[in-house]
Amino acid sequence: MMVRRARFVLGCLLCAALSLAAAHSAPAAELRIGLAADVTSLDPHFLNVAPNNNAAWQIFDALVNVDANTRLVPGLAVSWRAVDATTWEFKLRKGVKFHDGSDFTAEDVVFSLERPATLSASPGPFTSFVKPIVAKKIVDPWTLRLKTAQPYAMLPHDLDSIFIVSKKAAAGASTEDFNSGKATIGTGPYKLVRFARGDRIELVRNDAYWDGQNGKLASWDKVTLRILPEDTARIAALLAGDVDAIENIPTADLTRLKANPAFRLEQKVSWRTLFLHLDQYREHPPHLSDKSGKPLAKNPFMDARVRLALSKAINRKAIVERVMEGNAVAAGNLVSPPVFGHVPELKPEAYDPAGAKTLLAQAGYPDGFALTLYAPNNRYVNDEQLAQTLAQMLARVGIQTRVETLPASVYFAKARAGEFSCALLGWGSFSGDLALRALIATPDPVAGYGAWNWGHYSNPKVDAMLKQDFATLDDARREALAREAARLALKDVPLILLHHQLASWAMKKDIAYSPRTDEYTFARDFRPR
Amino acid sequence: MAAFVIRRLLQSALVLGVMSLLVFVGVYAIGNPVDILISPQADQADIARAIAALGLDQPLWKQYFVFLRQALSGDLGKSFAYNIPAIQLILERMPATLELALAATGMAVLLGIPLGLWAGLKPDSWAGKLIMGGSILGFSLPTFWVGLLLIMLFAVELGWLPSGGRGPTTLLFGVPVSFLSWEGLRHLILPAANLALFKLSLIIRLTRAGTREALLQDYVKFARAKGLTNARVIGVHVLKNIMIPIVTVIGLEFGSVIAFAIVTESIFSWPGMGKLIIDSINVLDRPVIVAYLLVIVSLVILINLAVDIAYSLLDPRVRLGAATS
Amino acid sequence: MQAERTPLARIAGEFAESRLALAGLGLFALILLAAVFAPLISPQNPYDLAQLDVLDSHLPPGARSGGGMTFWLGSDGQGRDILSGIFYGLRISLEVGAASTLCAVVIGLTLGLAAAYFGGRTDSAIMRLADIQLAFPSILIALILLALLGQGVGKTIFALVMVQWAYYARTVRGTALTERGKEYIEAARCLALPPARIVFRHLLPNCLPPLIVIATVQVAAAIALEATLSYLGIGVPITEPSLGLLIKNGFDYMLSGRYWISFFPGLALLLTIVSINLVADRLRDVLNPRLQQ
Repeated sequence: MMVRRARFVLGCLLCAALSLAAAHSAPAAELRIGLAADVTSLDPHFLNVAPNNNAAWQIFDALVNVDANTRLVPGLAVSWRAVDATTWEFKLRKGVKFHDGSDFTAEDVVFSLERPATLSASPGPFTSFVKPIVAKKIVDPWTLRLKTAQPYAMLPHDLDSIFIVSKKAAAGASTEDFNSGKATIGTGPYKLVRFARGDRIELVRNDAYWDGQNGKLASWDKVTLRILPEDTARIAALLAGDVDAIENIPTADLTRLKANPAFRLEQKVSWRTLFLHLDQYREHPPHLSDKSGKPLAKNPFMDARVRLALSKAINRKAIVERVMEGNAVAAGNLVSPPVFGHVPELKPEAYDPAGAKTLLAQAGYPDGFALTLYAPNNRYVNDEQLAQTLAQMLARVGIQTRVETLPASVYFAKARAGEFSCALLGWGSFSGDLALRALIATPDPVAGYGAWNWGHYSNPKVDAMLKQDFATLDDARREALAREAARLALKDVPLILLHHQLASWAMKKDIAYSPRTDEYTFARDFRPR
Repeated sequence: MAAFVIRRLLQSALVLGVMSLLVFVGVYAIGNPVDILISPQADQADIARAIAALGLDQPLWKQYFVFLRQALSGDLGKSFAYNIPAIQLILERMPATLELALAATGMAVLLGIPLGLWAGLKPDSWAGKLIMGGSILGFSLPTFWVGLLLIMLFAVELGWLPSGGRGPTTLLFGVPVSFLSWEGLRHLILPAANLALFKLSLIIRLTRAGTREALLQDYVKFARAKGLTNARVIGVHVLKNIMIPIVTVIGLEFGSVIAFAIVTESIFSWPGMGKLIIDSINVLDRPVIVAYLLVIVSLVILINLAVDIAYSLLDPRVRLGAATS
Repeated sequence: MQAERTPLARIAGEFAESRLALAGLGLFALILLAAVFAPLISPQNPYDLAQLDVLDSHLPPGARSGGGMTFWLGSDGQGRDILSGIFYGLRISLEVGAASTLCAVVIGLTLGLAAAYFGGRTDSAIMRLADIQLAFPSILIALILLALLGQGVGKTIFALVMVQWAYYARTVRGTALTERGKEYIEAARCLALPPARIVFRHLLPNCLPPLIVIATVQVAAAIALEATLSYLGIGVPITEPSLGLLIKNGFDYMLSGRYWISFFPGLALLLTIVSINLVADRLRDVLNPRLQQ
């Protein structure tokens, strides 16, 4: 009734204009993709955030690329090896041409490795990836040696994040030169045509792409990336035929889209894991009390039994099915299944409310206690829904839970300042040991450990194993160490693991996409069916 | 008149100063962009270095002083997230927002005044009642919700209009505009209608109320008694009488339309200032927030100045700077 | 005969002449009752997370919960009964709309009248303050308040007042400036009446009609604005949804076919605002001294 009335009124408003509306013509040989976040800049070394990197990946390559399962594969480097404990040697790909026709050489690599440090005023610089490099040596135009101060296993991995630009085009170039296209000369599958900030990026195929002879030449000669951050607007654009494919499908629409014969859905487990940080370092953390609001004698989260009780109280299956509508898998690991360092035998904690109550009673909280659960409300998929559901579940085992959700801009500053004692965080990592170093290692600003360990969990054994891990240059041995450290740490329940998100894409029926764990949307991976 | 305008502009400069200070204190209280944008792999030293590189480790008064010194030499700083001058970023997005706001205001005035007059002249007719009933719809439903209904109906179900985006633009005196091409116009219709809806209702109601009141005034009765045509009575005497509140509201609303464009621009992916400011607030991109506010405040001040001048033209009893006498 | 009636009785009598207005009053009374007695008539306390079960989420209207309760209007993503949510949400929305409008009108009216009457520096200061206010994006104000004070209904009201007062101040000043030039004010001044008396007895009543129009629209607008703040993640707490927040939460499901999560709260909001306006429209006509014959 209401809709009909609105229809009538609006119909009157618009009928004059609409009667003139012509049928739209379908453009051929162009792929239009709806992206979920704004791209602030096409300078590939300025701001290290996923939307910008995603745009850069269409145009540029790195020495080391990452496949759909987040594993390292050759990019502009065909191979790499540790010559000695502190020297890495990269063999570069021969015959690669930049978009302007010039040759790719080791000079361009050295220039690209040095450029991030020249862009100092960035809130998310790329410098953390190149700072271990203390010396660079060009052995010949296709061989490069990089020296680190200490043995550093993560170097090839880090170089996945440094895009290679053309020295000729980018020397002295500003961010604006990259936005205008003047300096945006890469080796990637697409060339930049136009960047309309906040609206779209227009690309044209690079017919000389180095991976082209392996059948990796892009299928569409023209690609338009539309910026559609609003979930409903993105879905509507797909349904209305204004774009051919979109990324990041809102969970509410998954079922409907699956059932719609005009569209296809692609999903893959993402690298992002969600969990709760619990304060384990203050005697009297904020927002934690007994049920009448009086302070507790001591901090319950310091007791591993209480942490385990919280974990047992959570029905992960219900979260996956109801809150995430199937767009997640329950987590028993810090990193998701395809990622380096995942431990297959670590299973998600089973839902056991009775066991949780027993544990709480054993720890001296037979009547539970009260806490405030903090979560961002615009950062992760369904984050504020998730927080409420968690509160329901904790309430069932006697932990009275208040929920407060904040925009990310307010949330992260407060979290970093230690204002929360129970807080939701999501984490994406290419490597299990890196996740452990940031989230679980004892906070140590000098060593750079525990930068995101909000709860200050501390286990010297884990710290020692991680140190050994990062100095181990052999991948198989390093992965074994990373798994060992994860097993050891997670036994203590240092944080409450929830789930790994799934990444999702929807497209017209006659298009296919190879989904990626790193959530990137690569125009070249779309194929006609 | 000149003295009035000059004094007003001087006061405005003071307003701009106070404003920028408020934003500095406000954003400082919320947090900093590094916490939001820094990569997961960054360690504590990386974070501290990034904060220092942006000058955000300095005491607030120092940061403000640096800003003030640069601002006085015409430099409002570079955006943290975009790494280009904030003012350039805003001026680049401004035409889109202004076009949307003007289209919405135009739609509201062109439809609102006739509909309001009709409802005021014939309050008991079914058309009058329908108009008033319909106008309630305009402000009782949240903009974002109505926007989505519009998209569902006209883009998804009927396929008549695009679901969002600005479409192609044409240069008019060097400014990109949508309304000169058919394709651009099609992109403009839905967002403009969405944004106009609230104001349309407001103008209908104000016009109706003003009309009803004017009809009872002596001068209207007198004009009728003199035998003036109905059209002249309404067109000249009634309309003139109701213009003051309507002009005020249009002027006021223009500022709020720009502010509310935030929601409409988000829903319709319209690349205007509103979307920019919401993104900038989300990552605490202070230079952009400050520059945006300075631009908007200047705009609002100019509009209000125009409204005050319009008063004195519409109603000779209002003298400019009235109150000094 | 007429003269013997008290003014209140006269107003009531004239009000009742419009059946539409009476219907609106009835509807509004019902809505108000539902809001006031929400805890008594709701099948569930939608603000107590412990009473909700996520396994009951997304149920269509008329479905039964695991615990045997019937969701007459369906349930949302948390297993919250939409009907109970509407009753409770009405309370918050009405509270937010009425309180913020009232405060904003009082502040705006006072400052607007003061600006118009005193003029000069006072006028300039108040009007430039209003300029700042009108240009400052409401979401930024709300965000700053949220960061400094945390979430809560009271803070949302505060943010809305901050956003709205300038609007009234400018409107009142505009009208008052016109009125100020008229003969009756000149006359009152010649009689050397005290300023307060001139302002409140003479200026104020004549500034009211346009103000009432705007204020009735603004109650609705304040409720909708609160919804918009919620949409941007800076409104009332997510666990205590207002009507606007319910609509916003359901908004995500609009394209997925689960219309009820957003549709019924939207309908409730629409009815509330229609009833407020029916009553207010009639009241304005009845109260307006110049429409009296």
